Amino acid sequence: MAGRKWDEVPTLTGSEMLIKALRDQGVDVIFGYPGGAVLPIYDALFQQNDIQHILVRQEGGAVHAAEGYARSTGKVGVVLVTSGPGATNAVTGLTDALMDSVPVVCLTGQVPTHLIGNDAFQEADTTGITRPCTKHNYLIKDIADLPRIVHEAFYVARSGRPGPVVIDLPKDVLQNKSDAYIPPQDVRHRSYRPQTRAPEATIAEAVEMIAQAKRPVVYAGGGVINSGPKASELLTRFVHLLGVPCTNTLMGLGAFPGSDPQFLGMLGMHGTYEANLAMYNCDVMINIGARFDDRVTGRLDEFSPRSKKIHVDIDASSINKNVVVDLPVVGDAGTVLEDLLTAWKARKLELDQKALKAWWAQIDEWRARDCLKFEQKGQVIKPQYAIKRLYELTKDRAPYITTEVGQHQMWAAQYFKFEEPNHWMTSGGLGTMGYGMPAALGVQRAHPDALVIDIAGEASILMNIQELSCIAQYNLPVKVFIVNNQWMGMVRQWQELLHGGRYSESYTASLPDFVKLAESFHAVGIRCEKAEELDDKIIEMIETPKPVIFDCLVAKDENCFPMIPSGAAHYEMLLGPEDKAGKPISEEGMVLV
Amino acid sequence: MAKKTEDIEVRTIAVLVDNEPGVLARVIGLFSGRGYNIESLTVTEVDPREKFSRITIVTSGTPQILEQIKAQLDRLVPVQRVSDLSLDGPSVERELALVKVAGAGEKRVESLRIADIFRARVVDSSHDHFTFEMTGKSDKLDVFIDLMQPLGLVDVSRTGVVAISRGPAGL
Repeated sequence: MAGRKWDEVPTLTGSEMLIKALRDQGVDVIFGYPGGAVLPIYDALFQQNDIQHILVRQEGGAVHAAEGYARSTGKVGVVLVTSGPGATNAVTGLTDALMDSVPVVCLTGQVPTHLIGNDAFQEADTTGITRPCTKHNYLIKDIADLPRIVHEAFYVARSGRPGPVVIDLPKDVLQNKSDAYIPPQDVRHRSYRPQTRAPEATIAEAVEMIAQAKRPVVYAGGGVINSGPKASELLTRFVHLLGVPCTNTLMGLGAFPGSDPQFLGMLGMHGTYEANLAMYNCDVMINIGARFDDRVTGRLDEFSPRSKKIHVDIDASSINKNVVVDLPVVGDAGTVLEDLLTAWKARKLELDQKALKAWWAQIDEWRARDCLKFEQKGQVIKPQYAIKRLYELTKDRAPYITTEVGQHQMWAAQYFKFEEPNHWMTSGGLGTMGYGMPAALGVQRAHPDALVIDIAGEASILMNIQELSCIAQYNLPVKVFIVNNQWMGMVRQWQELLHGGRYSESYTASLPDFVKLAESFHAVGIRCEKAEELDDKIIEMIETPKPVIFDCLVAKDENCFPMIPSGAAHYEMLLGPEDKAGKPISEEGMVLV
Repeated sequence: MAKKTEDIEVRTIAVLVDNEPGVLARVIGLFSGRGYNIESLTVTEVDPREKFSRITIVTSGTPQILEQIKAQLDRLVPVQRVSDLSLDGPSVERELALVKVAGAGEKRVESLRIADIFRARVVDSSHDHFTFEMTGKSDKLDVFIDLMQPLGLVDVSRTGVVAISRGPAGL
C-alpha cells in the first residue's frame, strides 16, 4: 500500500473497517458467497486470519447455517452475500430468523451509491425487500456511519427479542477511506432499549396468582432458550420447586429436561395427549417465552377456557395478540424466572398439595393412554421406530439435532428428548423446508467435535442439497438421517384427512439414489431397508468420522399422530388412524393452514 | 376470534420516531402487512436538532387490535415513543384543507358566504374561482366540503389529522 503514512492514524477502507468492526464484535466465522458488489470485502477477508469464511453453495444456505450457528451457541450468526440475487436468495432465511427470533447479522453488497435507483446490474432494493422480514435494516451511504451502524446492528440483533438485521453496503462505501473508526463500547443506540425486568408489583401479582392454583401448568417456549442457558436452569428449578407439570413448545424443547418426570412433552397440533389436555383443563397457565402460536392453541375460543393466564414475554406485542391473558409480564424469561423464584421463596408460598396431587393423578391417567405408542412389526421400518432408535443410540452423546420440515420434524420433536437447551434447531414459525442441512453445517462449525444430525425427509433435503458440497469442502462430519417414505409426508397426510385422499403432487417420483449422491459429494452413503439392520447401521453412521447420508427407507403410509386437526380444540385431538372417522373436520378448519 | 363491528373504535395515535431513511415505510409496511387500517396519516420532522419526526395516525379496530397496533409500533427499532391520544386523556385534533370552488354568479357569492360562516380564508381567487383554506376538526371540514359540492367544488387537498394532548405534559 504505497502512499500510506504509517505514522499517522491508520486510514482504513470501508471493507477493512467492516472486518475490524466484526472482529471487535467477537465474530470468528462468516457464512457467505461472493459476487461483484462485495469483492472489496472478500479482498479484505483474504488478507486476514481472524475470521474464517465458510463458502456455502447458495445464499439461502448461508442464512440457515448462520441460524444453526447462532441457535447452538447463543452468539450472533453472520452472513455475507452480494447485491441483487445474493440478497434476494437470503430473504427466506431472514424471514425464518425473524419468525424464530434468531440473532443474525446479514451483510449484503449493493451497487455504488450513485447507481442506486438506476436499475444497475445486480441491483435490488434490498432494504425495501427486507424491511418486513428483518428486525431492522440499514443502508450505509457514508463510510463515516459504517462502524456505528455495524455495532448497532449487532446490538439490535441480539438484544430484546433477537432477530435478523440487514446491513446494505454500497460498493463505493466499501472502497472509500476513513480514519474515523469507533469501537463497540462507544456506540449506544439512541432509542432501542428493550425492557428486560418486570415491575416488582407484577411479579408479586404473578406469584400470588400461581399460589392459588389447583391445576397449574407451565408452558415454556423459545424465549427461555433465547434468554441463555441460565434461564433453562431457572425454569427447571422453578418447576421443581413448585412440583408442577411443564410442557414445551416446538421452539422450547430443551428448555426443560426431556426425561424429567414433570415434563409432559411437546404441546400443540402434534403434541402429546397429556400436554394438550393439561392445557385445556388447567386453572392457572404460566406461559414463559411462548407466543400462543396457532399450532399451539388450536381453536381459539376453546383454548384453555377456564384458566387464568400469566404471559411472560420480552416482546410486548406477543401479549394479548392471539389469546387475551389475565396478567401480562413484559420481561426477559431468565430475569423474570429469577424474580419469580425470589418472590415465591420470600413469601414462603406453597401450592395446595392435595389439589396438586389430584391434578397429577389426572395427568397420569392421560399419560397412561401412551399417545406416542406404535407397533414395529416385521421388517418394514416404521418412521417412529427409526427416530426412536436414533434417539436411543445417540442420547449419551448429547447430539445436536436439526430438522427439515414435515412429518419427520414432528416425529423428531416427539421421540427425541432434549436434556439441555441449544441442542435442537428446527424451523418452527416459518416452516422452511431445506433448513436442516445448512443449519447442521453451521452447528457443526460451532461444535466441531459434537455429533450433529439433520433429521430430514427425502423431499425437504432436496431443497438445499447443494450444501453437501460445502459440508465436504470443510470436512464437517454432519450426519443427514433421511426418513424416506417417498412422499411429501405431511402434505399427503393432510390430503388424506382433508381432501378425500386425492394425492395431488405429493408423491416424489425420480428420487435420486441417496447413497450414490453422498458418494458423489465425497460423503459416505448408508441405506437401511430392514428393521433388523437399523441399529447396526445407525452405529456405523455415528462412528463414521465423515459426513454421512443415511437413507432410511420407511413405511410409506404412516401418519403423524396425535394430531389436533386445524380448527379443532385441544380435547378433539386424534390419537391414531382409527380415530379420524368420527370427527369430520369443520369447514372453518379447512380454511386454516 | 370473531370481530364484532360494534367493538370497532377510532383512535388517534402519535408516534415519535428517529428521522432516518425508511422510517415511514416501516410504519406503513407494518399497517399494510398486518392488515391494520389507516384512516389518516401525517408525518414531518418536529425536532431538527434531535432529528425526531412525529407521525400522527388515525386508525380503527377492536380494543385488542388497537393495543396490538401500539405494541407493534413500539417495538420498531427507530420508534422513540407511542401515545394513544384518544385514550391517554383529552387532546386537540386539527386538520387543514385547501378547497377549490369554481363558478360564477350566485353560486360564487354563496360559496364565499358559507366560507365566512365556517371561518375559512380565501388564499387564491380569480373571476372564476376561490381557493379556501380551512382549519378545524375533520368532521367540520367534511361538512364544509359537502356544502361546497353543489357550488362548483373542483379540488380538495387535506393534510390529515394532527393532534396533541391537552395540558402541560409533552409526548
